[in-house]
Amino acid sequence: MTATAAMTPPALVSLALALVVALPLLGALLAVVAGRRGGAVALATLGATGAALAVVVFSVARDGAPVLMALGGWAPPLGIVLRADGLAGAFLCMSWLVLGGVMLQGLHRFGPSSDPPAETRAGFAFWPLVLLLWGALNAIFLSRDLFNLYVGLELLSLAAIALVAIERKPETIAAALRYMVFALMGSLLYLLGAALLYAAHGTLDTVLLAARTPAGLPDHMAAALITAGLAVKTALFPFHAWLPPAHAGAPAPASALLSGLVPKASFFILVQVWFGALPDMTDPAMPLVLASLGAVAVFYGGIMALRQERLKQIIAYSTVAQLGYLFLIFPLAGGDSAAQPWAAGAWTGAMFHALSHALAKASMFLCAGLWITAAGHDRLNGLRGMAKATPIAAFAFGLSAIVLMGLPPSGAFTAKYLMLTAAFASGQVIWAAVLVLGGLLAAIYLYRPLVLTFARDMPEGLTAITRAAQLVPLVLAAAAILLGLASAAPFEFLQIGRPEAAAEGLE
Amino acid sequence: MTAALPVLILFSSLIASLVTFFLPQTAHGTRNALNLGCALLKLGMVAFMLGEVAQGTIYEMRLPLAPGLDLLLRIDALSLLFVTLSAFLWLLTTIYAIAYFGTKPELSRFFGFFSLCVAATTGLAMAGNLISFFIFYELLTLSTWPLVIHKQDRASLAAGRSYLTFSLPGSAALLVAILWLESATGPIEFALPADLRAHGDASLRMIFALFIAGLGVKAALVPLHGWLPAAMAAPAPVSALLHAVAVVKAGAFGIVRVIYDVFGIALVEELRVGIVLAALAAVTIIWGSLRALQQTEVKKRLAFSTVSQVAYIVLGAALAGPFAVIGGLVHLVHQGLMKITLFFCAGVYQECADISEIRQLDGIGARMPLTSLCFSLGALGMIGIPPMAGFVSKFYLGVGGVQSGAAWVVAVLVASSLLNSAYFLPLLYRIWFRPVPVEGGSSGPRATPPGILWPPVITAAAALAVGLFAASAFSPLAWATLIVEREYLP
Repeated sequence: MTATAAMTPPALVSLALALVVALPLLGALLAVVAGRRGGAVALATLGATGAALAVVVFSVARDGAPVLMALGGWAPPLGIVLRADGLAGAFLCMSWLVLGGVMLQGLHRFGPSSDPPAETRAGFAFWPLVLLLWGALNAIFLSRDLFNLYVGLELLSLAAIALVAIERKPETIAAALRYMVFALMGSLLYLLGAALLYAAHGTLDTVLLAARTPAGLPDHMAAALITAGLAVKTALFPFHAWLPPAHAGAPAPASALLSGLVPKASFFILVQVWFGALPDMTDPAMPLVLASLGAVAVFYGGIMALRQERLKQIIAYSTVAQLGYLFLIFPLAGGDSAAQPWAAGAWTGAMFHALSHALAKASMFLCAGLWITAAGHDRLNGLRGMAKATPIAAFAFGLSAIVLMGLPPSGAFTAKYLMLTAAFASGQVIWAAVLVLGGLLAAIYLYRPLVLTFARDMPEGLTAITRAAQLVPLVLAAAAILLGLASAAPFEFLQIGRPEAAAEGLE
Repeated sequence: MTAALPVLILFSSLIASLVTFFLPQTAHGTRNALNLGCALLKLGMVAFMLGEVAQGTIYEMRLPLAPGLDLLLRIDALSLLFVTLSAFLWLLTTIYAIAYFGTKPELSRFFGFFSLCVAATTGLAMAGNLISFFIFYELLTLSTWPLVIHKQDRASLAAGRSYLTFSLPGSAALLVAILWLESATGPIEFALPADLRAHGDASLRMIFALFIAGLGVKAALVPLHGWLPAAMAAPAPVSALLHAVAVVKAGAFGIVRVIYDVFGIALVEELRVGIVLAALAAVTIIWGSLRALQQTEVKKRLAFSTVSQVAYIVLGAALAGPFAVIGGLVHLVHQGLMKITLFFCAGVYQECADISEIRQLDGIGARMPLTSLCFSLGALGMIGIPPMAGFVSKFYLGVGGVQSGAAWVVAVLVASSLLNSAYFLPLLYRIWFRPVPVEGGSSGPRATPPGILWPPVITAAAALAVGLFAASAFSPLAWATLIVEREYLP
């Protein structure tokens, strides 16, 4: 495909691509103006962005090729290019689904008719922040320029930190501050790395960088700095300390966003850098270091989750563990350009994991939110018998638990299958052990909440939860299961525009 | 049609399950009609397929999920043996469970998972490749756990925990075994034996051991059997299903598949793993019987008896001679019919006469004659008195052992039969010959509802018939012979 042909998709698709980023940002502005009517603005944005997204995804799937669009008609390195490939499309869809769930639950909590009436400040701030966060996510998924990605990442962190502190409780403000320290550190490292690359090559466009003349030491330093910065933002062990208090402290709908989506954005950039921009960084140590830290995260997060007494903290530590699996992509899919025959399976497997974890984790946090509304707290003992009071939510929680354990039939099982196959095929049995044992650990730490939820005694003095509110987490959990039951289509879709470094099929 | 039937068979249980979950607790009529209707429908389809498969038809349906990850349903003679057993016993157990539970709470949940459990069993019977087998095997674990903890008292929660403690690592071992094996050969389908020689001997032995560890948990091979006696805390219909068809048979069936359709007899012999497995099965047979002797609760004694009896199937598979295999396969059906009879009866005793301890059985034969007759038939069958079903199995296993040059098997069988007599005959003696205890002034057993009275009568009659008419063309023995002739003999 020639560059010019790629740059001129039909006007409608171009427009839709731009709207996917622009509409949430516009919605954020409108929500500020709309004040207590912010929820309505958010829902309208959800619908409109969904339509634009559908056009983009349909177009990518139909052509089997990425859609590119140069803003203002300027090609890089001068202009900004938006690029939607299979991976971006999948992540955009995942975000749309999670955002939809979060908004619907947010209406109960921060809407005009919420009961008790939402605290004014939180009610005002929630909608613009959620929309801003979404705009930032979409911008990241569609950008291919390291500086634009940086801007997106900063916006994302800003909105996320504000969401943590939105209820202005002392402990959440402390958590937000800690989050900010880590986020700033991550940004600094990333920016430093990007600056080195710019100085050496005069561009930050990932495609142009891939075709650069290697510069030796500056490249290596840049790769190390960018990787470290993104690892901090993705809460990779040992940079995870900010995540549990922030995710457990935020209001549940916000936690769903923070845990399900936000770390996926920095991971997305990491993948773009390693497989897209600098696929020739044949440093054998780096993938091993990243995967080892990921493996430690799987066990550390799991064991910490086991020791928590509050549901949201269990779910938050589970995120630390689940994010660890993602880093196995580097040794399994290979960080170098010598594409191994099993690379594609592992790369796609990691993406399946990212997608199903986002959906299941959001579903779990939304369930936790419902139970906090019902019982007033999220201590494990208070969950006793919740399945009686909220059967649909309990069912959703159970399905999400299956996903987090990586059991069939779920998207996470497809992920595990692909990554395990790659691990065995390449003789990297140690990563196979991490995948298998991590799944067992997840079963152990999810056992307690599950058994308590389904306990026989009927809890008393609960606030009633409507069936409609309970259906929201069920839809998200079902989507994560469906990803496994019908994984052929998403698998094919993810291959569209896959980076060369992860190319070569399993055969 | 050949692609649709496996899906329809699977969906007959799956749909029943999914719909049942969403039925209100009080919709007893709808729920019962749905579950019975689906069970009947399934049995009808299975009966149709029996005729077709006997003539050589193969049913197959493939759903690709990802490269190398195909969901493959394939019905051959061996699948159908297991599918038929599960379809037949599903119907009877459903009738039994409906009468057993009446209008107790949480029944939509119960029947939902119950049908899901049957769907999983059916799925793994029809699985055409290793990964499909694994998917259904794991689904079986998940759907059985809520059944085990159904009463949600301390004992059943502990039983559930024990079940998961054994099962989840077992499944992990199975998954590792599958993917390790496939890493050198590509996806393995049962109908197309792969050349496993890409692995070395040591790796293959390791992989085989992992397979047995993973499947042995469900088949309750010693020392992986600990969860099974604990699972007695579950309600009687669950125990009946668990012990006769769903869980333990899934493990045994898997072992048969692994030996014959994955490794192949030749390789199993060459690696000398078959004889090790046979020895393990022999130990399980004796150990289970010895432990059964020590139990004072009826259901506990039956549970250890299951540990021992399911190992017969493994023994037959591991010995790998044609007669031994026939004996093992036919025991899959025979043990199912006999054991479900015993558990059905134990449930009736418990429900209608509050009997859970063996010493309480004194004189019950006179007061509950039909149930006691069924119980006795089941017990005599287990001991292997000719011409009962258990005798046919043991005869073939013994001949097979001699044929495979493992004459010690005969000694194991004799010892096991003696032990079986030792733990079953005292029960029969109490039931029929001991006087009714006078103390207590109880008014005797309550009337047995027909829904729990007749299913054991039917299964006991079936268990008697499959032994008496073993030589007929329609017996399980004839079908097992067909399987061996068609698939495993050159």
